[in-house]
Amino acid sequence: MPSTIVVKDVRKLYGETRAVDGVSFEVSEGEFLGILGPNGAGKTTTLEIIEGLRQADEGEVRVLGESPWPRNPNLLPRIGVQLQASSFFERLTAREQIRTWASLYGIAPKKADEMLDVVGLGDKANTPTEKLSGGQAQRLSIACALAHGPDLVFLDEPTSGLDPQARRNLWDLLRDINAEGRTVVLTTHYMDEAEILCDRVAIMDLGKILELGTPAALVRGLDAPTHVSVESGAIPEAEARRLFSDADVSDDGVSLTIATRAPAAVLSTLAERNALRGLSVRGATLEDVFLNLTGREYRDEQ
Amino acid sequence: MSNSLNSLSRAMALGFVRDKTALFFTILFPLMFLVLFGGIFKDQTAPRSEVVQIGQVSLLDRIPPAERSQLDQVLQLEKTDDRAAALEKVRKGDADAAVEEVGQTIVLHYAAADQVKSGTVRGLFDSLVQYGNLAAAGVTKPAYSLETQQVEDESLKTIQYVTPGLLGWAIATGAMFGAALTLVTWRQKKVLRRLRLAPVSTATIAGARVGVSIAIALVQMAIFIGVALIPYFGLRLSAYWWMAIPLVGAGTLAFLAIGLLAGSFAKTAEAASAIANLIVLPMAFLSGAFFPLQGAPGWLQTISKALPLRHLVDGMQAVMVRGEGPASVLPQIGILLAFAVVVSVIAVSLFRWDDA
Repeated sequence: MPSTIVVKDVRKLYGETRAVDGVSFEVSEGEFLGILGPNGAGKTTTLEIIEGLRQADEGEVRVLGESPWPRNPNLLPRIGVQLQASSFFERLTAREQIRTWASLYGIAPKKADEMLDVVGLGDKANTPTEKLSGGQAQRLSIACALAHGPDLVFLDEPTSGLDPQARRNLWDLLRDINAEGRTVVLTTHYMDEAEILCDRVAIMDLGKILELGTPAALVRGLDAPTHVSVESGAIPEAEARRLFSDADVSDDGVSLTIATRAPAAVLSTLAERNALRGLSVRGATLEDVFLNLTGREYRDEQ
Repeated sequence: MSNSLNSLSRAMALGFVRDKTALFFTILFPLMFLVLFGGIFKDQTAPRSEVVQIGQVSLLDRIPPAERSQLDQVLQLEKTDDRAAALEKVRKGDADAAVEEVGQTIVLHYAAADQVKSGTVRGLFDSLVQYGNLAAAGVTKPAYSLETQQVEDESLKTIQYVTPGLLGWAIATGAMFGAALTLVTWRQKKVLRRLRLAPVSTATIAGARVGVSIAIALVQMAIFIGVALIPYFGLRLSAYWWMAIPLVGAGTLAFLAIGLLAGSFAKTAEAASAIANLIVLPMAFLSGAFFPLQGAPGWLQTISKALPLRHLVDGMQAVMVRGEGPASVLPQIGILLAFAVVVSVIAVSLFRWDDA
């Protein structure tokens, strides 16, 4: 199967800053790829180069078999781009907004209106876009990117600034888009989002891709300890230290946590002693992968 | 293609119509000036001089009734015997002058505070004295006589002057702000970026803006002329007034180009407004949009000739109210179009799709 996107050793310099520093990857048809990284990691610049908004200093980019730079009219109708929630014409209602964008792609108003229903904004059709909530505006923005039925969809931090409920609703929508067979590329700085939505995740920092793979493989490859916690007092701390000498034991007064690389043995020992009160087991997450890769705390949004 | 043009134009037009601030500043605000100027200076005639006569003044008392009524049109006489009170009135500015007769001499007391008024009164009494002398010498038919007529009044009543002037200012404001604010807010909100990723040409985007701005300018023109034509204001359009339509079109293009240039420099909508205001207000004053420039010094007239608004206002006055022929404004249209082309070329070279 031909790759939908091919990126080969792309570099982009802004003055002294290496915004993108030798990035290579491929995205196959129908895949959901996440580019994960903190602000300033270079993920937006990478996306802009693929979309055709910027020219790479070095390297090669192919999108649907064509070069996106300079502005490629063959490519434009086949890709859908969601920028930010505020990228709307001023003082139009949700319906006028999507109809305007759809008409630029030669799409009839009726089809545009249907798209409004797909993203669950049918009842907000007459609301001015300025009055939509953050989540509604994001959904409208995505609807505007999808109205012309693109093969390839780019989403730049679609859930940033949304409350947990709105994020979950949007995740359902994004999964549906991908399930229809569209290739989706999304940037995010939320680890959980990447883990839940994406087939593969590229972890980026300082302009480089540090790791690329399925979320499960990335986490498994990490070889991070599993955290087994029980209620404090279920087993005395000293005894736990004695029993699990090669694990890391700590007690914060609420729960006693054993960080171990042999969780099965720890669990059976605890079960034998009937010390499973308040048990919880937490495996490694992408967050741990990121920490391990960069050797530092996750840099949050300023 | 035409579909894109239509929907983009519609989006821009709706955005404008729903923007109360933009509507106010492009239509209502200039219209307020038209109503004010047109109303205040509607019946502008020379005011009568108010003069206090102290005691008997034979020169005035002997004027026959027929000529008396003529004199009343320019002179309002009040008689008193209290000399001190009369002088006090002049000093306070309640009367323009006081007049008394001392022997054979007519003494006129005036305050120099308002030189125009005191000059008028002096001139008036000068001629009254001469007239009295001639009459005393038995001359009933003088060899020369002077009849004065104000020329400006005949050619351009206030409403005739301010309608094209204020309309020019309104059009300049509308087109400049339209272009500058669209460019800056679309760049800021990343609408331009999004448009760059849509299959729509820059010509279509620019075409939509030009079309909407020209439509707005023609609406401004219709409203202005409509209001000024109300009998209360009494605008009288001359035969080839419709030549103002192509003038307005060319003017809109020129001011769109300036707005585009302002929008290329500004980063925020506020900055764009400020820059546009800094350009349009001084230009309106220097172009004679608000008052005539006849009295202005030569160097100012020269600067004024370099401003597009001056040519728009001159052209509109020529065909709308001075009754000049259609071909008389072709140079103005040419200058405005040339201006539009030159400034557009500069603006396009400075154009940026986004802030980064």
